[in-house]
Amino acid sequence: MDDDGAHLAGEWGLIGNGVGTVNLKWSSRLLIPVAKNWAVIFLFLLIAVFSFTGRGFFSLTNFQNIIHLSTIFLLLSAAETYVIITGGIDLSVGFVMGLSSVLSAKIMQLLHAAALPQPMSILIGGMVGIAISFIPGLISGTLIARLNVPPFIATLGMWGVTNGITLHLCQGFPISFLPSKLVELGNGYLLYVLPGRAVSFLHKPYGLQDTQIRELIRIFPNSLVFSLVVLFILWHVLKHSRFGQHTYAIGGSMDASVRAGINVKKHLIAIYTLSSFLAGLAGVFNVFQTGIGNFTPFSSMYELFAIAGVVIGGASLMGGKGSIVGSCIGAVMIRLLENGLSISGVEPFYRFIAVGLILIMAVVIDQMFPELF
Amino acid sequence: MNRNSDKRKSLLVFLGRRWALIFLVIESLVFSFTTEAFFSLKGIQIVLFYGTTIFLLGTAETFVIITGGIDLSVGFVMGFASIVSAKIVVMLTNMGVPPAISILLGMLITWMIGLVPGYVNGSLVARLNVPPFIATFSMLGITHGTSELLIRGVPAKNLPYLANAIGNGYFIYLLPGKAISFFNKPVIQRGELLLEIIPNMVVIAFVFILIFAFLLKRSKFGQHIYAIGGSTDAALRAGINVKAHLIKVYMISSFFATLSGTVYMLQYVTGKADAGAPFLLDAIVAVVIGGASLYGGIGTIGGTILGCLILSVLETGLRMMGVPTFDKYIAVGVILILAVLIDQFFPELIHREE
Amino acid sequence: MGYVLEVQNITKRFGGLVAVDNVSMGVNAGEVVGLLGDNGAGKSTLIKMVSGVYHPDGGKIFFLGKETRINNPMDALFLGIETIYQDLALAENLNVYSNIFLGREKLKKILGMIKVLDHDYMLAESKKVLKKLEIEIPSLKNRISMLSGGQRQAVAISRSLYWDAKFLIMDEPTAALGITEQKKVLDLVRLLRSQGLGIIIISHQLHDVFSVADRLVIMRRGEKVAERITKDTDPNEVVGLIVGAETVKR
Repeated sequence: MDDDGAHLAGEWGLIGNGVGTVNLKWSSRLLIPVAKNWAVIFLFLLIAVFSFTGRGFFSLTNFQNIIHLSTIFLLLSAAETYVIITGGIDLSVGFVMGLSSVLSAKIMQLLHAAALPQPMSILIGGMVGIAISFIPGLISGTLIARLNVPPFIATLGMWGVTNGITLHLCQGFPISFLPSKLVELGNGYLLYVLPGRAVSFLHKPYGLQDTQIRELIRIFPNSLVFSLVVLFILWHVLKHSRFGQHTYAIGGSMDASVRAGINVKKHLIAIYTLSSFLAGLAGVFNVFQTGIGNFTPFSSMYELFAIAGVVIGGASLMGGKGSIVGSCIGAVMIRLLENGLSISGVEPFYRFIAVGLILIMAVVIDQMFPELF
Repeated sequence: MNRNSDKRKSLLVFLGRRWALIFLVIESLVFSFTTEAFFSLKGIQIVLFYGTTIFLLGTAETFVIITGGIDLSVGFVMGFASIVSAKIVVMLTNMGVPPAISILLGMLITWMIGLVPGYVNGSLVARLNVPPFIATFSMLGITHGTSELLIRGVPAKNLPYLANAIGNGYFIYLLPGKAISFFNKPVIQRGELLLEIIPNMVVIAFVFILIFAFLLKRSKFGQHIYAIGGSTDAALRAGINVKAHLIKVYMISSFFATLSGTVYMLQYVTGKADAGAPFLLDAIVAVVIGGASLYGGIGTIGGTILGCLILSVLETGLRMMGVPTFDKYIAVGVILILAVLIDQFFPELIHREE
Repeated sequence: MGYVLEVQNITKRFGGLVAVDNVSMGVNAGEVVGLLGDNGAGKSTLIKMVSGVYHPDGGKIFFLGKETRINNPMDALFLGIETIYQDLALAENLNVYSNIFLGREKLKKILGMIKVLDHDYMLAESKKVLKKLEIEIPSLKNRISMLSGGQRQAVAISRSLYWDAKFLIMDEPTAALGITEQKKVLDLVRLLRSQGLGIIIISHQLHDVFSVADRLVIMRRGEKVAERITKDTDPNEVVGLIVGAETVKR
């Protein structure tokens, strides 16, 4: 916005002298940027509150922990961002994640048992898990773009099918006995510092005594490197490329996009494939993080939380609005809430209520200031 | 020449319109052949018994979906209701109230409390313009959190035996050739054959479903629901109080979810927070199979019930065949997409006004 | 005759219905032709064949004297035939210059390798074309949803113009506009005519058509029933032709 919303002054009955320059009361002038960035402000507020109510909340370890645990949700929210901007929705991400998780784990387990070197089995398993994640998205995208199936239904159908296949693969049991390097990689940090003694990269210092573990400072989780790389690419594409521009255009008006010569069908298929690919990435990462391949239980509602993150971040379910940065803030906010509440000793169930309320707040704010977003 | 192709076309139209019914029949036939137990009185009763939950949730969703919205909270409102009703019944019984009355009171009070989530949902959607997806998702979270707070992880128990008897009892008991009794299970000698017909819960469910189906189809209230789904603008300008109407619709949805929760409590003699969670998507699938459009304006309770039957038969049949439930998800996913595709290729057929 | 666009004996059927029946007409460069007719006369169908949305069932299309086949909207755009639809086909959530460049965004390379949107270029070029059309829009970075009806119409027109339209089809350009804005749009049409474009206008507003069109083509029930030079006729006669009254002077 060029004039930072000053043109709205007239509508709000504030002081004005006509077109161009407007003298705003300082309070209303403050209102606009606050409303525009409410999510970030609220995030800082939460951090402030939890720092008081929870001992150990405001620490390097805890913050890194939050970010580490957010990785999956960041990926899933990023996936949903693209889809939601086009005015669609992807309900299958949770189960596609489970599918990739289970499949890659299974391959890793088999290869590991066949005495293949760890790096190889990990690599191959991961690649298979990621490769398969393209398929559900391709199918959903085709159903939506070429057969005009509403996204809600198409991805819901995919939800069912991928879940069924996943459960078949693992027979309802998590897959374990995976290469041990996995967990090290997934939960590792870039830098380990034993104050005054040793500094090492990528792995804990050798010869570390058990007593010294408590003093060990970990800096910059591997998972953050991973998320940053992926998110940066997604952010750049959405904001600076033609693909991103067309994504917004389709969300704004599919008709206009068609008539402007944009190949909307192909674009939509690409979007849903991207979404399920990111879900696959999240699934494979989950294996690195937990050391097992597990199907996604119903109660986790990953997709709903991913969507919540995107909406909190400023997207509209009607399409045409949204950003990667916003979705990341939304996703992190939800995780931070969970973390903060549990450290503060509040029963975890309150977080469901809290997320619900924040979500409503997000939508209401969005509506009160439609011009700003 | 023309007359033959006309005849063929009208036959295709006839079949296309009733594809769901045909699917149900074929499905039932398949299961009747592949399992022993399906095509029997007992088998049908099982289908109905397990189907009760989804009949009720499906009805709930039908109302909301016709207005062009959706209600994601029905599963957890159901769980909430099961917990609240269980707790009230236990509390009353412990206070010395006779079980029959405590159960009745418990249910009535729960039904009233259960209207609140619906009121909130409706207000968010109608007054604050929150998209139904978000509003009901938030309510899902809020009811979930509240449910868990009420029971703190421990499912409610210690319900009076009467609850179990009602919940698992049948409407008609038939001793062939000897006696017929309603609601009360007669004492039988060993070796005697007792026929149980129509579970109690199904009766309760259908009483309400039929009442509301009638409301939807024949009353002005129902007509206005369709109008709002068709075009909110047009409805507004025609003088319909859209806001109030929407709130009532979400309250109806919430009521049926609550009803489903109290039924669950009677059937399983417990209250569980996530009792209804697995059924949410089944409910939506049933409504879509039944011919409703997610964009609103179209749909019937009858169609929804048909969709519910298809799913209930599927689940029961697969279970009887010993097929793992995993395949059920695949089947449901495929059926859902098929439903929509058929709807598209024959739009005139499915969405007829009658 | 040097027509920019000409259709000869063009026909379109939908099932048993003949929507356009053996119509021949042409538009010169620097000329505005008003295409008139009641609802269902076939005007929309005719121009949709020219803009590539429909395929003709019979007849030929000539562009700049050469026979051409227009199979889809992209073909029409490539030729330089731009259509401004009644609903303008703008993306509400994008800003002015993004809409002008919609589908044909300009990219630039950063760091020698990565292609990104060239916002500065698109903004500058849009400013130029709007200036050429003498249109006032305060900030091109504003979202379309904030502009008035006339300003939106202007953006849609400048989009066509930017892409070197040689032939412009306008479907109900002044419907839903206020009086001042209607005048502005008509001025724009005259400006475009003076720049050598061939233009077809479909409109129900007879006074608008009369004020800006050089020639009138009247359709009824799929057929071309009359062609008139604007200054040689009057609204009464035209209404009669549209509706089908018998007494007309050839």
